[in-house]
Amino acid sequence: MQRNNSRDAAHRRRWQRCSTAVAATTEMRGAAVVMQKTETLTKKEEHLLLPNAAIAIVPLPDATAPAHLPLLCRQPSAQPPHPAHSFGGGFRFYHLKELCHLLRSTNSFEAEAGRLMTGNESESELPVPPYPPIEPTAFDLIVIGTGLPESVISAAASASGKSVLHLDPNPFYGSHFSSLSIADLTHFLNSHSTPSSVCPDPLYSDVEISNYASRLLSQHPRNFNLDVSGPRVLFCADHAVDLMLKSGASHYLEFKSIDATFMLDADAKLCSVPDSRAAIFKDKSLGLMEKNQLMRFFKLVQGHLSLDESEENDVRISEEDLDSPFADFLTKMKLSHKIKSIVLYAIAMADYDQEVSEYVLKTRDGINRLALYNSSIGRLVLMFQNALGALIYPIYGQGELPQAFCRRAAVKGCLYVLRMPVISLLTDQNSGSYKGVRLASGQDILSHKLVLDPSFTVPGSLASSHQQLQESFQAFSLSDNKGKVARGICITRSSLKPDLSNFLVIFPPRSLFPEQVTSIRVLQLGGNLAVCPVGMFVLYFSALCDEVNQGKKLLHAALSALQKLLVTGTAGNSSTAQSEDMEEAKPTLLWSALYIQDLSLGQFGSIISTPTPDGNLNYNDLLDATEKLYWKLYPKEELFPETTSSPENSEDDAGLTLES
Amino acid sequence: MHGRPRKPLKPEDAAASAAKAEKLRVLQSQFLHNHHNHIYSKEAVELSTKLLETNPELYTAWNYRKLAVQHKLTENDSDPDSLKSILDEELRVVESALRQNFKSYGAWHHRKWILSKGHSSIDNELRLLDKFQKADSRNFHAWNYRRFVAASMNRSEEDELKYTEDMICNNFSNYSAWHNRSLLLSNLLKRKVEGFVSKEKVLPDEYEFVHQAIFTDPDDQSGWFYHLWLLDQTVRVDSPQLVSSWPTPGSDLILLGDRCLDGCASSPFTRFHLDSRTFPLVLYFNQAVEGVNSSTITVDSELNTNKDLVWKPLSSCNSKAAQVWVTQLNLPDGNTHSSKVFPVEVSLGHSQGIISSSGFHYSNPFCFAFRVSLQFVETQPVEALGKEIISWRDESFHNYNAHSQDSSPISSLYQLSIKNDNELTDFEWRAATIAKEIDHFRELLSLINCKIGKLTLARLLMAHDAMMCPPANKISHSEEVLELYNDLMRLDPTHVQYYKDQHSLVLLQQVTSNWESLLSRCFHYSNSPSNRGSPMCLQLKNLSLSRLGSFDKLLWVQMLDLSHNELRSIEGLEALQLLSCLNLSNNILGSFTALEPIRQLKSLRALNISYNEIGAHSIDTTKYLCSSPLSHSVGSEWNHGQTVIDDDIKSYWEAYFILKGLNLTQFDIVGNAIVNEKFKSFLIKVLPGLKWLDGEQLH
Repeated sequence: MQRNNSRDAAHRRRWQRCSTAVAATTEMRGAAVVMQKTETLTKKEEHLLLPNAAIAIVPLPDATAPAHLPLLCRQPSAQPPHPAHSFGGGFRFYHLKELCHLLRSTNSFEAEAGRLMTGNESESELPVPPYPPIEPTAFDLIVIGTGLPESVISAAASASGKSVLHLDPNPFYGSHFSSLSIADLTHFLNSHSTPSSVCPDPLYSDVEISNYASRLLSQHPRNFNLDVSGPRVLFCADHAVDLMLKSGASHYLEFKSIDATFMLDADAKLCSVPDSRAAIFKDKSLGLMEKNQLMRFFKLVQGHLSLDESEENDVRISEEDLDSPFADFLTKMKLSHKIKSIVLYAIAMADYDQEVSEYVLKTRDGINRLALYNSSIGRLVLMFQNALGALIYPIYGQGELPQAFCRRAAVKGCLYVLRMPVISLLTDQNSGSYKGVRLASGQDILSHKLVLDPSFTVPGSLASSHQQLQESFQAFSLSDNKGKVARGICITRSSLKPDLSNFLVIFPPRSLFPEQVTSIRVLQLGGNLAVCPVGMFVLYFSALCDEVNQGKKLLHAALSALQKLLVTGTAGNSSTAQSEDMEEAKPTLLWSALYIQDLSLGQFGSIISTPTPDGNLNYNDLLDATEKLYWKLYPKEELFPETTSSPENSEDDAGLTLES
Repeated sequence: MHGRPRKPLKPEDAAASAAKAEKLRVLQSQFLHNHHNHIYSKEAVELSTKLLETNPELYTAWNYRKLAVQHKLTENDSDPDSLKSILDEELRVVESALRQNFKSYGAWHHRKWILSKGHSSIDNELRLLDKFQKADSRNFHAWNYRRFVAASMNRSEEDELKYTEDMICNNFSNYSAWHNRSLLLSNLLKRKVEGFVSKEKVLPDEYEFVHQAIFTDPDDQSGWFYHLWLLDQTVRVDSPQLVSSWPTPGSDLILLGDRCLDGCASSPFTRFHLDSRTFPLVLYFNQAVEGVNSSTITVDSELNTNKDLVWKPLSSCNSKAAQVWVTQLNLPDGNTHSSKVFPVEVSLGHSQGIISSSGFHYSNPFCFAFRVSLQFVETQPVEALGKEIISWRDESFHNYNAHSQDSSPISSLYQLSIKNDNELTDFEWRAATIAKEIDHFRELLSLINCKIGKLTLARLLMAHDAMMCPPANKISHSEEVLELYNDLMRLDPTHVQYYKDQHSLVLLQQVTSNWESLLSRCFHYSNSPSNRGSPMCLQLKNLSLSRLGSFDKLLWVQMLDLSHNELRSIEGLEALQLLSCLNLSNNILGSFTALEPIRQLKSLRALNISYNEIGAHSIDTTKYLCSSPLSHSVGSEWNHGQTVIDDDIKSYWEAYFILKGLNLTQFDIVGNAIVNEKFKSFLIKVLPGLKWLDGEQLH
C-alpha cells in the first residue's frame, strides 16, 4: 500500500480526498479494492466521492497495485453493474453498499473474493514486506488500534486540525469492536487468548467454540458479521448517536430498530417489556391495575424530569428518595414484583441483583437511565415515523461504528495504515519522555502524543532503561482490571420468537439459577441486519462476572436456557416428543462461541490507553471515558465542535438513516 | 397540531405576515372582481388557485371554483378526457391547499364535491388520507373525509374497524379514532352483519379494549368517551317502553265533584278534585315517541263512546315526539248516580305506529285497566282548591298517617316495566356487564383519585340500580352515588353545576324509589286540622335540587312544594298533569321562559314563584334554549289579534306568553326584581281569574 503525501497544502487537500476513498474501500475488508490516483480529482469527481461514499476503482499500470485489483475491473459486461457512475479514464464509482451486494450476489466474484480473504488472513499475523515508507515522519498524534474509543479520538483530533497517524496491526478496522466472519472471529479470539511474548496478558480467556454444522456454515464464508463485543445496541438518544451526528460519522451508517424487548419471567416464559404508553396499552400479559401502576410510575418520572431543579413541587421526587436504592423506591411506588424486575433489569438495565448484591442502583441513576430510554423512544418517533422502539442496531454489525469514525478522520486528513504493528517505542535520551514509535517496517515515526488500544503492549526496548516511562507502562497493565465480562455468540436456524427477528431478551438475576447475581442480556439479530444469511439468527449474550468460573457458569446457563427457548419457541403446538425428533434431525443451534473478556478502564499518562469494551448494552460509559481522555489529551479542544459544521455536515442534519 | 404552546410573533414574523396580508388583499380584490363579473378564463381561475394556495380558508373562492368547473363542464360536455383533466386539476389545487392548512373546511368540502361528480378515481384518496392521518392522526377532517371515501368505494366496515384498531394501538389518545369505531360498530350492529349479530358477543371485547386505554392512562379522556358510549349501548333498550301511566293500572279512581263529601273513606292518593267535565289520561314512555293516537292506543270505556280521543304530546317545543302523552277523557253529562263505576281499559302495541325518534317500534302489546267512580255530593262547602287562599306555611301541613286502604300510586309501575322486558337473557348479560364494570372501577379508584373515574362509577351504579328495579332484595346504591357527586363537586369546581344536577336527579330517584320514602314526604294540607278531605301535598323543599326528574313516579301529584331549592329550570314538570298547586318560591329561576313547562299544566290554580331572580338578569340565557314567541315553533299559537294590552305585552311578552293560557286563582311573585306596580296591573289584566296576588285579595 502506497500512500501519497506532501506537506504542500494543495497536495494535502488532494490527499484527503484519496484517503476518503481508501477508507471507503477498506470497509470491504479483505475484498476491498485500493484506490491509487496521482492526479488531482476534479470537482465532479470530488462530489461523487465525498457525500455519496463512492468508491473508485482504478486500473493501475503500477506494479505496486495489489494483485486482486483487476478483479473488479473485469466486471463482466454481460452482467451490467448496479447503478454506477462511470466516467472517462476507466474509473467506475460504486456505492459502497452496492459493491458489497455485488460481491455477495455474484458467484464468480465470490470465489475470488474468498480467495483473497484467506490470503489476507494468513498475512494478518505478520505484515507483508516491503513496507512502503510513510511520509511525513512526524505527527501531532499517533493512534494504535482502531477500536471505537481510538477511532473517536483520531476523528476528533483530525477534525480539530491535528495531524494524525492511525495504525492497526490487524488487517481490518475495529480491533475489539469489530464485526468479523466466523473464521476471522475464531482466529481473533484464539490469537488474543494465548499468552505470547508480544502479549503476556491476553484480553480473552477460556474461549470455547463449537461448530455443529460446519458444512452448512462453510457455504456462507462471507455472510457473517459477528460482533466481538456483543451484545450491543444504541439507544436513540445516547451519547454514541450524538457523537455520530456531531462528527458526521452518521453519513456512513444505516440503522434498523430493535423491534422489542422481552424478559424471562418466573414461569421461564418470555414476557414483553412494556416500555412506552403504546406498549403498555397493547401488552396482553399485564393486568389492568399493573398497567395503571406502571404508567403512573412513568408519568411520575417524566414529571420529575420535566421540572426545574429549583422548583419545589410535589411532582418532584424528593432528595431523600433519589438517594435511596432504586429497588426500594419502586417498592414504595407499589409496583408489583414483576414490574419492578422489568423496570430494573429490562429498562434501567441494572447489571447486578438489586436485592442481594452490593452494587445497588440509586434512584437518581435509575431515573436517569429511564430518562435515556424514554427520550430514545421520543427521538425515534420524531425522526422516523414508523420506528417505535428505543434501540437501534447498525446494518452490517457494530464494526461499522469505528469504521465510520475512521472514515470521518480520513476525510479530515488522518493517515491510515493497517497491518502495521509497532515494534518499539522511542523515548528522549535525556528526559526519558515519549518521542515516537518504530514500526514493523523499521521506520521511525515521531509524534507528540500516543494513544494505545488496551490490548497492545509495546516492548519498550528503547525505553526500558528509563524509570519514568516504565511506571507509566505499569499503569496500563491489564492485571489491575475491574472484573470480567462473559460473552457468548450463537448462530441458530430459528428465532426465539417466531414472528420477530431483532429483539432483546433479559435474563434477570436469579432467573436461571439461584446464585445468578448478574443480569444476562441477549440480543437476537436476523438476516435483515446483514449480520448473517437470511433464515439464520445470531444471538449475543453477556454478563458481568468476578472470575472465570462464575462467568463460564453464567454462559452455560444462558446457552441452555436459550436452547430450551428455541425448542419451545419452534415446537409450537406440536407435542414434545415430535419436536424432540425434529430437533435431532435438524439442530437449531449451528455454532457457538463462549469467552471471557477482561475489563479495564482507560488510563492516562504520557501515553493514553483506551478502555476495553465494557459489559454495558450501549456505548455511553465507554464514550464518556473516551471524552475524558480526549480532554486530557487536548484540554482546550472540544470534541467535535458544532460550529465547524462542514458543508457535507449541513447537507442533511438527520444523517442517521434507518430502515424499518 | 397538539400540545404546541402559542408564542407571540417576533417582529420580523409580524412584518412578513403583514406583507403576506397585503399581497392577499391585492389578489383578493382581483379575484372578487372576476367573481362578480362571472369571468372564468384560464387566467382568472389561476388567480383563484394562487389565492387558495396561500389562504385555503376563503370559502368564496372555493365556491367560485365550483362555478368555474360547472362552466367548463358545460363547455366540454362530450369529451371525457378534458372533463377528467378539469377535475384532476381541482383535486390538485385542493391537495396543495390542504398542505397549507390540513384543517380547512372549504378545501375538504370542495374535494368531496369534486368526487361526487363521479369522474375521478377514488383509489387515490385513501393514499392521500394515509398521508394526512400520519401527519396528524387525530385530524377529524381527515377522519370525516375517510368515512366519505370508505362509503363511496364500498370499503367494508370491518376493514375500517380494523383500521381504527391499528390507529388506537399506535396512540390511544385519539378521540377521532374511537369515535369512528363507535360509528362503525353501531352500523354493523344495526345491520346485524355476520359476527356483529348480538351486542352480547361484541361489546365485551370492546370493554376489554377500552379498559386497556382507561387503565393505562386514566387522565386521557378519549377512552372514557368511548366507555360512556359503550355503557349507553349496554343499557339502552332500543324499542320504546311504557314506564308509567296515570291513572295507574288496576286503580280505583274517585272523582269528586264541585262539592265534596266530608269524611270520605278513600285514600287521598286516588281521590281527585274535579272542576271540569274531563280528566286526563297520561302515558309516560322511557323515550320520546311519535305516533300516539286513537289508532295506536285503544281506550275502551263508557266515558268516551262517541268520539276519537285526541292525544297531545307534552314537550316544550312543538315537536311531534314526546316522552309524555296526554288525552282528556270526558265525563258523562249531567248528574250521575254517585255509585256509578266506569271501567276503563287501555291497550297499546297491538298495532304498529308508536315509534321512537331512532326508528324503533313499540313492540310489547300491553293492556291495563282502571275504574273511575264519580261522587257529586252537595252538602256543606269545604275548602276545595281555588275557593280559599292556599297557605304554604308549615303549620298548614300535617303529618299523614298512612291508612291500610292507601294503595300506592307507584307500586304497579315496576310491574309494568318488568313485564315488558321479555328479553330475559339479554337482561342478564347487561346486568352482569354493568356489575363487572363496577368492580373494575372500584378497584381503579382504590388506587387513584380520578374525577372521571368517579363520575363513571356513579353512572354505572345508577345504571345498575335502574336495571335492577324493583330493588326488592338489592341494596340501592344511591347513597354511594350521592357521596360520589358530593366528592366531585369538591374536586372539580369547574363542572359543579353538572354534578349538582346529577346529584338532584339521584336524590329524587332515591326519594321516589319506594312508597315509604315518598309517604314520609307527603303531608295533609289543611287550614283546619279536622278536615280529612283536604288535598295531599308532596314536599320536596330544602333539598338543594337544581334539576327535576323522576316524573314518571310523580304523575299523581296534585300539590307540590319545591321551595328553597336551587332550581333554574323546571324542565319536565309538564308531565304532572294533575298539578293544581305549585310552590317554586326561593329558587333561582331567572326568567319567565324558565317556567315554560307550566303552560301545559292546565289544572294549575295556585302558583308561587316568589323570591326568585326573575328580572334580575339583563340577559336571559334560557331564552335561547327555550321556545319564545319569536321562535317559529310556537308561532302558530301566537295570535296577534288577541292582544288587547299591547303596551304591556311589549314590556312583558315573556310573562304574557307563559301565563296567558293559565287559569290561576292565586299567584305569588313578590321578591322578584321584575315586580313593580305596572307589572302587577299587567298580571291582573292577563290573569282574569286571579283572586289573590301575593296574598292580597283582589276585587
